[in-house]
Amino acid sequence: MKLFGRREKPIGEILSGGESAIANKEVEGLSLGQIVRRRFFRHRAAVVALFLLSSVIVFVMTALDTKIGPLRIPGWWRWTVEDIPDLRFEDCPGGTIGCPTLSVNPFSGFGMGTHPFGQDDIGRDYFALVMNGARRSLMIMFIIGFLAGFIGVVVGSISGFYGGIVDAVLMRLVDFIQTVPIIIIAAVIGKTAGRVGPVFLALFLGLLTWTGLARLIRAQFLSLRELEFVDAARVAGASNARIAFKHILPNAVGQIIVTVTLIMAGAILTETALSYLGFGVVAPDVSLGLLISEYQTSFTTRPWLFWWPGFFIITIALCVNFIGDGLRDAFDPRQRRRITKKDRLQAKLQVKAGA
Amino acid sequence: MLGYIMRRIGVSIMILFGSSFLVYNLAAYASDPLAELRLSADDGARQQIIALTRDLQLDVPPPLRYFLWLKGILGVFVGKLNMGMTREASSVQEELAFAIPVTLRLVLAASVTALLVGIAFGIISALRQYSRFDYAMTFMAFVLFSLPIFWVAVLLKEFMAIQFNNFLSEPSIPLKWMFIFSCFTGVFWSSLFGGERKRFWSVFAGAFATGFVILWAIDFTDWYLHPGLGPILIGFLSVGIAIGVASISTGLTNIPARNAALTMAGLAVLWYYPAQWLFNNHGSYLVILLMLALIVGTGFICASLFSKVDRGPIARTAIITGVISGFLLFVDRIMQSWQPYFITDAVNGRPVPTYGQRKDQLVTADFWLNNLDIIMHLILPTFALILISLAGWIRYSRGALLEVLNQDYIRTARAKGLNERTVITRHALRNMMLPLSSLFVGEFVGLIGGAVITERVFGWSGMGTLGIRAINSYDLNLLMGVTLLLSTLVVLGNLLADLVYSALDPRIRLVKE
Repeated sequence: MKLFGRREKPIGEILSGGESAIANKEVEGLSLGQIVRRRFFRHRAAVVALFLLSSVIVFVMTALDTKIGPLRIPGWWRWTVEDIPDLRFEDCPGGTIGCPTLSVNPFSGFGMGTHPFGQDDIGRDYFALVMNGARRSLMIMFIIGFLAGFIGVVVGSISGFYGGIVDAVLMRLVDFIQTVPIIIIAAVIGKTAGRVGPVFLALFLGLLTWTGLARLIRAQFLSLRELEFVDAARVAGASNARIAFKHILPNAVGQIIVTVTLIMAGAILTETALSYLGFGVVAPDVSLGLLISEYQTSFTTRPWLFWWPGFFIITIALCVNFIGDGLRDAFDPRQRRRITKKDRLQAKLQVKAGA
Repeated sequence: MLGYIMRRIGVSIMILFGSSFLVYNLAAYASDPLAELRLSADDGARQQIIALTRDLQLDVPPPLRYFLWLKGILGVFVGKLNMGMTREASSVQEELAFAIPVTLRLVLAASVTALLVGIAFGIISALRQYSRFDYAMTFMAFVLFSLPIFWVAVLLKEFMAIQFNNFLSEPSIPLKWMFIFSCFTGVFWSSLFGGERKRFWSVFAGAFATGFVILWAIDFTDWYLHPGLGPILIGFLSVGIAIGVASISTGLTNIPARNAALTMAGLAVLWYYPAQWLFNNHGSYLVILLMLALIVGTGFICASLFSKVDRGPIARTAIITGVISGFLLFVDRIMQSWQPYFITDAVNGRPVPTYGQRKDQLVTADFWLNNLDIIMHLILPTFALILISLAGWIRYSRGALLEVLNQDYIRTARAKGLNERTVITRHALRNMMLPLSSLFVGEFVGLIGGAVITERVFGWSGMGTLGIRAINSYDLNLLMGVTLLLSTLVVLGNLLADLVYSALDPRIRLVKE
């Protein structure tokens, strides 16, 4: 800062010099990972979202029993989806049945009770149902995200790197998949695949949603492969695969991550919408969309049956979206830190001290 | 250029062949249209199986049957389109012909409104980057991004329809709500205008008072039972619109433009009674179109009366003012139908419907009642669709404008002494619209595909409902009809987006010259 602290310079110029100095000093001597991590953690909403999403994942995943082959890890919640306890009548408002026992009262404290989210028509614990549904939705979201991300990156890289006839063929494939209306074709498959299970549905949706990512990666590759560092790598004797995946791909990693988060946020909405229409996850399996579609008519009498699944869908999608936004800001090379009032004041003070 | 378009269309047709072949076979192998009938041992069921097999040519294996279907589709080139039969032996293209206008009505209304509102919010958000308003908009956009539409729809049905209808049976706004609502209005407008603390509070006070007075007036006059604007209110609103449009479009220092706009506003008031007569006796779309033409013509005349040079911007200002004021006349006439609509048997005091696309009892009613009915049925689904697609437009337009504002030519424009209004409207906004123009087509097509869920929730019988019916009853021809239509829209939409972009942006050339 002392460099700019000379008296004859007008204050505006000093400040503008100060801005780039702040930005440059921040990233001096740091690796890309460190810069990204620092910038990400400065994005307050994204950090909160990351914390919230990981808590939700841990909460949802440990609530119920988990079966991995013969292994059975017990969950901390007392009911399972199959249990049918007695319906609760006492202290329910307006003569309804199975009302929630969750109490969040600042005076008497926080209490879960026997059925925090209430019970459904036949008495099944709604907390267990919602947990099971959220678990399905999360699983489907991650499968779609990974599959679509993988295919999109591979197709986009190959298409952009080789260009020519390979590119033309692959891009026609992308056009081709984009013309297939996702909701309708997924419904056709879901109608039969409902019996096969949600994993199959997720894999199928993953096979349809990678096209946007592939186009983005292709565009990145088309511009990056003309740059000097690619020539340098080639002169040094690197193979095509090495150039594509070791030299070019890391430059596109920001876009990949951001697009994959967007795909994931979209995927959870698509899955719940399909289940809502009756073509996604079908009974006796549980999903959040299915719960909403089953209990939408009881909104006026027993609104909790409607609020909780919606709450989990929105929380998960919102968190993923915010994390994506934080990552986008963190990876954007043009992004500079916002100059706050505090920075300006400090710069002025420093100028005064230097003078 | 023509060659380019022909080549693109050729490629698109090949893609459509491929995707329809894939979907046809996938759907044909994934579902058995006769499964249910086979289970029954009834003699009638056997008869039905034989009849269906004959009518739908089910004895032909799917890959070959596709070409039979394709033959009917290719008939479109010789004027004999045949999309096959549904299971109920009705023609697919007739079913589609009924469904398409319904879906279009829904999607068109929603996408245009979302576009206008979203871009306006996005622009303000970008101009006030890192302000409270900007943060609020960003947060709102993310929340809207994460909302499942079927969930929103249930909430809307409850709060915008059922509760509002209950409210209308005994309408009175409690003082508490007036206060809360006015506070909200005040915060919205003051954060929109921005500025230092003093300006914030003065705008807040103004907006709060206006909101409170309007609510009180509505409550006092029982406006919700006999709504209407009347010539006096229209006069005030038109003058306000004239000043607003002139200050955004040309700036108030442009005297001829301001005068032309004010003249148009005055004409709108003078037209009030003749327009009433015309609306009452000859209410039809033709009359409305003629009035629109008249407004445009008057706008040009106004411009030439007030100025001899630089008439373009003046005419533009006058026409925009005229169209908005004319729209007020239309709104006023629709509002006048509210009372008769409200007491009709079919409505019976519950005007906001939660289900269906129109009331069959009112189809024969007069033009205005009929239109009001259609509008009332549009409100909930349109609102739901707007909420869903608004977020995208806010984000896109904010990003696009910020990108443009960082360009060198904006700095140049400021440096040569142009005022901020000119820099924003002439230099920034026009360039910002370029990327958005091609997005609109994609968004629109996407909404048509996404309307499946909206139609289902609100009980509209559009294309989405047809698609669901087709899937549930294993109706292959109907399913293919809907899918083909959607795929064709996507392909045409992509082509149109590219053409629009290259037409607007001279830097982009699709063909090498």
